[in-house]
Amino acid sequence: MIAYTLRRIGLAGFVSLGVVLLTFAIGRIVPGDPAGAWAGPRAGPEQRERIREELGLDAPVPEQFVTYIWGVLRGDWGVSVRTHRPVLEDLSILLPNTFQLVFAGLFLGVLLGVPAGLLAAHCHNRLPDFGIRLGGLLGAAMPVFWLALMLQLLFSSNLGWLPINGIYDRSVENAYPLSEVTGAPVVDSLITGNWPMFLSSLEHLILPAIVVAAYPFAIVTRIVRANVLDTLGEGHIQLTRALGFSESAVLGRFALRSAWNPVLQVSALIFGSSLVNTFLVESVFTYPGLGNYAAAAAKVQDIPAIVGVTLLVALCYLAANLAVDLLHAALDPRIRLR
Amino acid sequence: MTTTSPTHPPLPTRVLAEARRSPVLAVTIVLLILVALVGVFAPWIAPYPEDALGNTAPDRSYIPPSSDHWFGTDHLGRDVFSRVVYGTRFGLVVSVAVVCISLVIGIVIGLLAGYIGGWWDEGLMRVTDVFLAVPGLLLALALASALNPGLIGATIALSVTWWPWYTRIIRGEVLSVMGRKHIEACRALGLSHTRVLLRHVLPNARTSLMVQASTDFGSVLLAVAALSFLGLGAQSPTPDWGLMVEQARTHFSTHWWMGTFPGLAILFVAALFYLLGDGLRDRLDPKHTTSTGSGGTT
Repeated sequence: MIAYTLRRIGLAGFVSLGVVLLTFAIGRIVPGDPAGAWAGPRAGPEQRERIREELGLDAPVPEQFVTYIWGVLRGDWGVSVRTHRPVLEDLSILLPNTFQLVFAGLFLGVLLGVPAGLLAAHCHNRLPDFGIRLGGLLGAAMPVFWLALMLQLLFSSNLGWLPINGIYDRSVENAYPLSEVTGAPVVDSLITGNWPMFLSSLEHLILPAIVVAAYPFAIVTRIVRANVLDTLGEGHIQLTRALGFSESAVLGRFALRSAWNPVLQVSALIFGSSLVNTFLVESVFTYPGLGNYAAAAAKVQDIPAIVGVTLLVALCYLAANLAVDLLHAALDPRIRLR
Repeated sequence: MTTTSPTHPPLPTRVLAEARRSPVLAVTIVLLILVALVGVFAPWIAPYPEDALGNTAPDRSYIPPSSDHWFGTDHLGRDVFSRVVYGTRFGLVVSVAVVCISLVIGIVIGLLAGYIGGWWDEGLMRVTDVFLAVPGLLLALALASALNPGLIGATIALSVTWWPWYTRIIRGEVLSVMGRKHIEACRALGLSHTRVLLRHVLPNARTSLMVQASTDFGSVLLAVAALSFLGLGAQSPTPDWGLMVEQARTHFSTHWWMGTFPGLAILFVAALFYLLGDGLRDRLDPKHTTSTGSGGTT
């Protein structure tokens, strides 16, 4: 296990170096000239030359890359063209908000997806099964930004049940200031017992979280249904039936067990997709997270910000993959021997 | 391989038999053909074809759905139905282009990695690892924002993002057949490397590639729409579905029809491609002969 862990961490380190190289390359393929993009359209030639030197763009490319890696390691991720603040500083404020949204979505997706998958398997090829399968198909094929807009139209604009955008109500924040612990408002207000803020941030989270949950729901439902159906015919499940366990125990306690491993295997993939889906969801709900930041940056070709977000999300995704692999190996010894 | 034995029933009979065997797949394929035909014959189907090509008619803006304008008109008075019909072209062409480009890159690199093996394999696979380490849409978003915004830029960005998946599949298939007798026999008979790869190794990967590619048409369609929605794909006045939803955003609460129908079009076509992938997997993959609709993860 130790050898496997070390090998896996070494590989992750190597891949993160590759990702840094990839983001470095993306920052250099801007058509025309990065210094020009940085200086803006009205800059004169000598101003552009000065910025070129300032950004280190006159140095040979390998030297630039070394400077770039060194900067990434020291926490110097460049300065955003749009906000004029260090990129890493911006990101560290926004990351907890995005994590709050992603985990709420994942939680909701799994919470609804597992029972739905079980129900579909139980009612195999009957109406509930078809309904749930259709729901799963639509969840996977849904353009998330469109779903976000439709829910916003229905629940905020027309019915007025939920706030239309943002992360919490500014006026509530003024009355009950939020003390920062983790940076995620829902968690912070809960820990500090700030109930008005907790309610406010929770009701702002509901619609975005439902949209983010659509994809995990689709995948989890599908895996649970398929695996439970495959297992139902097997001897040990028939035995539990013969022993007189109730149908819900047979499905939920015994057959469901075979689905956890496949769900674990795709959990990093689902996490990555949900992280990227928040980009679209956040920009619809103007929710202050990484995605909203990246979407705004993309509109004005703010390359340092986009590259920063890409790098940060890729590193989170790598860490999730590593964690899932190690967990998987800890649970299943066969993996380690491969 | 493709010789038809004399006892084979004629083509229509075989098609009917296939359709009876997998009805959902048959319906999906028919619907996808219809969607493609809508794209091809857009100028004849769209009641106001000029509205899709940059014409504006401010005197008839914001008309709700009616018999004249089935999906209503947008803020510039353009017929939304005509634009959705034309949008079929852009969605399908970009998806097909991205999947084809990625397939070519993926097949070449995957075959090389699996067939040569050793350090080549190791090096090429680590490169795919790096590409796969960045969630697909995010890499495409970063690339598209560094390139010039437009459908060409989006196509390039998505192709660069998508190929590693095919490389993985191909390499796996190559490795699984490399030791087998018929491949060794081909080499012993003196066939060239290229011939062995293209005629004897690659066909083994056909099923996996077909399944993956059909699902990917749907995923790419969604990704293109997302890029257009973020302003990095199609540019105005292109009648692209994602861009149409984006343009409808500011008018959404008062004029729901502007964004609802283009979004439904994306959902419908993406769902058809996913159904096609599932159907093909059930039909072609011997491991999934049950009609449980089970199988892969995406």
